[in-house]
Amino acid sequence: MDKGTVLYGVDPLILLDHYEIDYHHSYAQDSPFFVGLTKGQLLGSRCTVCGYTYATPRAHCMGCGAATSWLALPLSGLVHTFTTCHYGGEAFLKETPFTLILVEFDGADTLFLSRLKGIRPDAVRIGLPVIARFAKAPAFKVTDVWFEPADQA
Amino acid sequence: MRPVYMVSGGITKFAKAHPEKDFRLMVKEAYDYTLHDVPRLSKDMIDGAVGSYFSDHFTRQLKAASMVQDYLGLCPKPSKRVEGGGATGGLCFQSAWEAVASGRMNCCLAFGFETMSRVNTWKGNEFIALASDTNFDFPVGGFYSGYYAMMVQRHMYEFGTTVEQMAMVSVKNHANALHNPYAQKAKRLTIKQVRESPMVATPLTMEDICTMSDGAAVCLLASEELAGKVCARPVKITGVGSGSDAMRMADRPHGKVILLPHERESDYSHLKYPGVHSFRGGRMAAKLAYEMAGIRDPLEELSFVELHDAYTSSEIQTYEDLGLCRYGEGGRFVESGIPFLPGLDYGLELPKQGQFPVNPSGGLLACGHPVGATGLMQAVFAFWQLQGTIGQHLHDEKLQVRNAKRGLIHSHAGTGTYITASILEAT
Repeated sequence: MDKGTVLYGVDPLILLDHYEIDYHHSYAQDSPFFVGLTKGQLLGSRCTVCGYTYATPRAHCMGCGAATSWLALPLSGLVHTFTTCHYGGEAFLKETPFTLILVEFDGADTLFLSRLKGIRPDAVRIGLPVIARFAKAPAFKVTDVWFEPADQA
Repeated sequence: MRPVYMVSGGITKFAKAHPEKDFRLMVKEAYDYTLHDVPRLSKDMIDGAVGSYFSDHFTRQLKAASMVQDYLGLCPKPSKRVEGGGATGGLCFQSAWEAVASGRMNCCLAFGFETMSRVNTWKGNEFIALASDTNFDFPVGGFYSGYYAMMVQRHMYEFGTTVEQMAMVSVKNHANALHNPYAQKAKRLTIKQVRESPMVATPLTMEDICTMSDGAAVCLLASEELAGKVCARPVKITGVGSGSDAMRMADRPHGKVILLPHERESDYSHLKYPGVHSFRGGRMAAKLAYEMAGIRDPLEELSFVELHDAYTSSEIQTYEDLGLCRYGEGGRFVESGIPFLPGLDYGLELPKQGQFPVNPSGGLLACGHPVGATGLMQAVFAFWQLQGTIGQHLHDEKLQVRNAKRGLIHSHAGTGTYITASILEAT
């Protein structure tokens, strides 16, 4: 709908310039991870040659370059580090304050970034046991999984 | 490779917004200043240019460097754009160095700019967060201050770094900038004021974090022969290094420290490296630059550092990556007063004040961070330090590091995904 030209200033001349676009976005080789989330699974990647285990999807090993295979990560882990965001990018401002964590898992060499919910920000600490929760209505986004403190299970 | 010299530089005043100037005019101002400082160099001696800007989202103009090239009247000379997130300026500087070192050019212009004021701060934060993995990191609440906050929480856990030590970096850099007319946000602060400013992402407050800016910066690099002809005090670039790391912070390894010549493996027998508390790309950049420049102990052999302090925490992390202190000692390093300037009153008890100035200009925290210009701004400040011309260019002698012989500039992208270190020496 043409709303006409919106001016913010005349000297210099400053006007509203709108921009919007839809993409056909493919998760490509990482697709099984997002499908896994809809089944309550957290899929990591294990190198078929060196055995290095990633807590994220990665079709080829960063170390030796060989193909990886999928593995189901444990659904519980520990908080490796955390922060509570009181501001954020525009897309997430309405969700503030929210808590971000990196999760460490038994049997994985790397970490996983997620949200921690169901806890007061000042109660979060490194080493806190957490468990994975999954969205009932998946959006096929990485936010289909989040974590909560294990003692609330 | 042949020796490369910096012969001139220029910076626009960094500001929240410059609506009266587009990016072409901002670069033109810095460029005119640069040429004015070397009157014996004429435009026809410039063989080509490398342009630096970070974000097509902020600019909404692809190939914007071509528009600068024609605005400066440099067509049809060689031109290209370099992009590497926050390290864009540092990468641009090294790209211009490569052009001269290889013999392809005798004189190469490096120009950089960013116009971040065209969207609101929170949209700007979103644009910057698009420089993290858009499938796995951005959708979770992608926010660079959040990523850095998670890194420093782990740094605090591993090494006992405190929020007060971080606040001291903010006090230092904002106070230094009181003597730098190019800076966007100079002010006197106390540790208490830094901690009481609004919390952004625990434990980082507004005063722990740099702002968005509009600005431009320009460097002119030349061969030895040309530098000798046009510049009374050229500065030699004696070392360049760069490094990288995995885009997703979560994917970083927990292995062994990359050692510098003055360190031993036994210093770090229990440290899992880099994890999320350190930047191995920064350590790699420093190691390569030190090797090229023949530096074995940076704290002894450098006079000052201008480093990428987008966050107070990343300044502390970077002291360690650059080997100014050991891993884990960054908090105590700033607390000792070593990286402050001598002769300035910071309102702090600083037993070793002024032994090794870090960010005498005020850094990103106080100067601002117009991304594509930032790494080149550091080069210009370092150039003036090594020429001994800070007083002439800033109209204030206070920030001049006495007997500055050799300086390091450090430019840093993402959560440590591209990092450059370049070493400049007085001649």
